[in-house]
Amino acid sequence: MTDILLAVGDLSVRFGGVLAVNKVGFDVKRGEVFTLIGPNGAGKTTVFNLISRIYTPTSGTIAFEGDDLARHAPHEIAKLGIARTFQNIELFEHASVLQNLLIGRHTHRSTGLWGELLFTGKTRRAEVEAREKVERVIDLLALQHHREAIVASLPYGVRKVVELARALCTEPKLLLLDEPSSGLNVEETDDMAFWIDDIRHELGVTVLMVEHDMALVSKVSDRVLAMNQGEVLAMGTPREVQSHPGVIEAYLGRAADVAKLRRSAEVTT
Amino acid sequence: MQALQIVISGIAQGCIYGLIALGVVLIYKATETVSFVQGELMMLGGFIGLFAMSALGWPFWLAFASAVGAMALFGVALDRVVIRPILGQPAFSIVMLTIGIGYVARGAVTMIPGIGTETHTLAVPYKDQTWTAGALVLNVEQIVIIVATVLLSVVLFAVFRYSKLGIAMQAASQNQLAAYYMGIPVARLNGLVWGLAAAVAAVAGLLLAPITFVHANMGFVGLKAMPAAVVGGFGSLPGALVGGLVIGIVESLSGFYLPEGFKDVAPYVVVLIMLVVRPNGLFGEKLRKKV
Amino acid sequence: MRFIFKTRYEQDIRLAKHGGHLFWYSCLGLVMLGAPWLVSEYWLAQLTFVLIYAVVGLGLMLLSGFTGLFSLGHAAFLGVGAYTQAAMTNAGVPFPIALVSAGAVSAAVGVVVGLPALRVKGIYLAIATLAFGFIVEEVFARWESVTGGNAGIHIKAPNLFGFKLDSDVSFYFACLVVSVLATLAVLNLLRSPTGRAFVAIRDSEVSAQSMGIHLARYKTLSFAISAALAGIGGALYAHKLQFISPDQFSLLQSIDLLLMIVIGGVGSVHGAFLGAIFLITMPQVIALGKDWLPTAIGQAPGLQGFVYGAVLIGFVLFEPLGLYGRWLKLRTYLQVFPFYRRGMFQRQKSYLKSDRLK
Repeated sequence: MTDILLAVGDLSVRFGGVLAVNKVGFDVKRGEVFTLIGPNGAGKTTVFNLISRIYTPTSGTIAFEGDDLARHAPHEIAKLGIARTFQNIELFEHASVLQNLLIGRHTHRSTGLWGELLFTGKTRRAEVEAREKVERVIDLLALQHHREAIVASLPYGVRKVVELARALCTEPKLLLLDEPSSGLNVEETDDMAFWIDDIRHELGVTVLMVEHDMALVSKVSDRVLAMNQGEVLAMGTPREVQSHPGVIEAYLGRAADVAKLRRSAEVTT
Repeated sequence: MQALQIVISGIAQGCIYGLIALGVVLIYKATETVSFVQGELMMLGGFIGLFAMSALGWPFWLAFASAVGAMALFGVALDRVVIRPILGQPAFSIVMLTIGIGYVARGAVTMIPGIGTETHTLAVPYKDQTWTAGALVLNVEQIVIIVATVLLSVVLFAVFRYSKLGIAMQAASQNQLAAYYMGIPVARLNGLVWGLAAAVAAVAGLLLAPITFVHANMGFVGLKAMPAAVVGGFGSLPGALVGGLVIGIVESLSGFYLPEGFKDVAPYVVVLIMLVVRPNGLFGEKLRKKV
Repeated sequence: MRFIFKTRYEQDIRLAKHGGHLFWYSCLGLVMLGAPWLVSEYWLAQLTFVLIYAVVGLGLMLLSGFTGLFSLGHAAFLGVGAYTQAAMTNAGVPFPIALVSAGAVSAAVGVVVGLPALRVKGIYLAIATLAFGFIVEEVFARWESVTGGNAGIHIKAPNLFGFKLDSDVSFYFACLVVSVLATLAVLNLLRSPTGRAFVAIRDSEVSAQSMGIHLARYKTLSFAISAALAGIGGALYAHKLQFISPDQFSLLQSIDLLLMIVIGGVGSVHGAFLGAIFLITMPQVIALGKDWLPTAIGQAPGLQGFVYGAVLIGFVLFEPLGLYGRWLKLRTYLQVFPFYRRGMFQRQKSYLKSDRLK
């Protein structure tokens, strides 16, 4: 068992004339929280989609525990141990929260079609066991109130938590979180930070996330990768990356421009 | 020579399919609703023309214009009363609704005492005329269909190319709420599109009347417009016409060269082949959600 | 008002959610068992048809209501089952074996029809199923050696290993057994991973894939099971009518089936039964109402189509949850009386969002 869980090497993808991701490479170590940051359109979610095999890379490799992901179809990724959440929530809207979480257990299914049609004792026991596992995730994320609610009736903040819960129900080794705090208020973001910590320490799940909230990033991440326009800008601890001049330029502009902004602000105040 | 005549007959039939498919695609582009009622609208247009000519005694061209105009108004009314309340519901429900409207229209026409169950001829001025060009004997009714379709296509092309209507329609179909916020009068636009689609269907009905006669089940021809729209690619207006032509020509050729029964299934076999080879039709685009 | 307090997981999994459920469905069971002695021969025949159509409706509900795959040509599977049953019974095969074969052959055809579903979605799939429906209907008409062509064929009475099911009552019980088994099978499927996978595919394909659901396999499975149920229903249909011909399996029949599930209530098992009841009793209601209408309207041939269309439009516009939805509202009204508020089931005003980007 190597230390490196996910190895992305020279990854590129081209959509028509646009090079969305250009020779991006990084390693994610087992048990760490690794964050991708960058302005909108930098290609972060595209990297996630490449890992989940929603897109196929034009060149480069993605290796999960040494296994080349390009050899796998999109529906096999979950079985390998990779789960993800989506930027714009992709829950099953017309089903209850419990149903959504149970669908998350799909890869651990032990029943066959005929067993299910006849609902044998084995199927019954498998169902009870699935519900027990799901209940632990519900406990962790405090979703008890919403267990029977239809997702379409839930507010945005709760949906985001359900999305996280569903991903956890797959018992992943690697969890891809796409902007877990977007749309959440301060309290909910605090909760999210605690949960990411719990996920890493209690559940032993490696987390790869995309995030804009720098406070959250600094609080939970071990390492950060900054991207801009599909390319890698800098990689290191949160502090190192945040003080990297290229990163500052990507977010705020050149030092000279920043100084000019500061001066004009002083004049008006 | 016979082959050429068969092809021309196929083109003429294909123009009808194309016109109905045009209406379907128009409505789809504007509202993402698939309308299964175009065939019945065609039938209603034929009956209105028949009514104008036989009961009111109007000359053909006046009857034609009035039928097209009346159907345009009917289309607008249909949109206002029945379609608008349900936009936003799943596509399945809306399709069932249009099928229901078709049933109602067909049933209502059949119920008209005396006229509903009979087959009628429409006394067009060019009925049964033929046009000889050397060894080629052409049916004027078919020529009229082809010419009229070409003219109509040119007009529609101009309207969509040189006005903001085309873009506004696409915006409204992709995200209705955002279109409202951008100031697009979505409701009026939808009414306009339905009126236009109904008018085009009426034209098709009046053009088809000399060949198939006017009767309550005339609308079933409209079913073959669906494969035509799919073959052309369901979001493309020129595609609808091209699809119609493809279906019409294939149907005509298979009617002549293949054993009995193939003619009826030919359009459907074509559409299945198309879905295997090019799932998005000849001119369709592959759209994918960005997650 | 009833509050269900669950203390064990089994309670969540059970089909009968509480004592009341068990009680009412047992009553229903007793009534159904006693039907041959409670109703006239004519109404027993109608009840048999309701059960047959309900089985088909279950299949279509599974496909279109739960997996979201819209099928405009479902009558084709009805026909495949009917003709298979006819061919086998006329050759002397016992009833249960013929029935299972009818289901199996339909399932195989279902897999073939489902192939486009793996590549295309939405309206394209609907048109593909429409195309298949027409092609299969034509095959029925042309393949005269097996199907007798347009003239149709007769079917011998079902033969249960020597015991002939040729009376109305015995055949009714056969249909009752089949429909109960079919309902239980579908309910079991829906409370297990496969059923949930179907719902996942309906609601978000991308997400379902990332949960490990093999889209192609489950879509094909949905088509297969749905076709099998339709085929079994078709086999029973053939026996009931004792004569089948290709025009009974046309587009109009397919639309009748869709009408049934839309009016019954899309996405609920009850909907299949309520829709079947509607489909069978509607012509009776129209026939009864004819006498009260002025002759011009009452005796007109287009009346049935007109009424069907009007009812369909009415349900889509005003009651999208169908008859089952209406029943839920009624039940809620009675349960929370007098606190029922008009807005309890109100739908939010919905705006059109592009379906192409699903």
